[in-house]
Amino acid sequence: MLSGIFDIIILVSLSIGVFFNFLAGVGLLRFPDVYTRLHAGTKCTTFGSIFLCGSIILIGLRAWFFSYEGLTQTDGSTLAIHTAGALFAILLTNPTGAHALARAAHRSGVKPVGAVIDDLEGKPAKKTTSKKKEAEK
Amino acid sequence: MIAFIVTTILCFITYLLFTTGSGTDLGIWSYEEIIFGIVLSAIVGLIAGKIFVKKDFRMANPVRWLTFIAYVIGPFFAGVVKANIDVAYRVITGKINPGIVKISPGLKTDLGITMLANSITLTPGTLSVDIDEDKNDLYIHWINVKKEALQKKPVDCKYVCGNFPKWIRRIAE
Repeated sequence: MLSGIFDIIILVSLSIGVFFNFLAGVGLLRFPDVYTRLHAGTKCTTFGSIFLCGSIILIGLRAWFFSYEGLTQTDGSTLAIHTAGALFAILLTNPTGAHALARAAHRSGVKPVGAVIDDLEGKPAKKTTSKKKEAEK
Repeated sequence: MIAFIVTTILCFITYLLFTTGSGTDLGIWSYEEIIFGIVLSAIVGLIAGKIFVKKDFRMANPVRWLTFIAYVIGPFFAGVVKANIDVAYRVITGKINPGIVKISPGLKTDLGITMLANSITLTPGTLSVDIDEDKNDLYIHWINVKKEALQKKPVDCKYVCGNFPKWIRRIAE
């Protein structure tokens, strides 16, 4: 009974993850410019990865505390903890990478398609110097 | 010295987490892994201590960490769910009304502004594009610009990121 419920939870979260990752791919094809594509490419992949990693963590926890076919206790703990580490890394790096891409795109002159307002336009691309270098000057 | 000790201990805890199940000598760790972990953590602490621990110890307060966990589980995760339903709607219908707006959240620390930029990227309809490093203003690409938000410049934070700046001020400042 309990393992049946566990199976259902794992399958549901796997399918949610796959659905949102698929949606990110569709968004990349359908949106008009780089910024809106980044919207699809960051939000949906992060959310999908949360659910995919979550289901793997659940499988690992299950092998850790109960027994699961073919997986030893050591396998379970390794699986759960390493996947949690990977999830943490995804959550940190995914928005940061999107930020870098968007900034680089705007600096190289890509205008947002159909923009109602663009506050950043015409702002001089100031060369950022680190605070240490400024202090040396 | 404090920087070295703190970095080494945190690094060693992470190392222990990632090597669970390596043996049965000490609980679920083996002697080899623990000795090697201590050596590695000491090296990392020597190299990275100065970068990891700055002069102020504001983030050493456990209340801030608990607030951070509450923030991630509560408003942040709700925002992420809303963002995905929103993007799904826009992917399927193709209705967009984009623009780049400027907000000034009034955060002072580097950590706070980093957290706010990352939160904004993962929450509904917004993506941080650039930062004004003198005043810590953020430039946000907004996929569905509301007319009433454009009357004031810089745009009011509540349209773009809700009450996130309040939470982050509590965590990082």
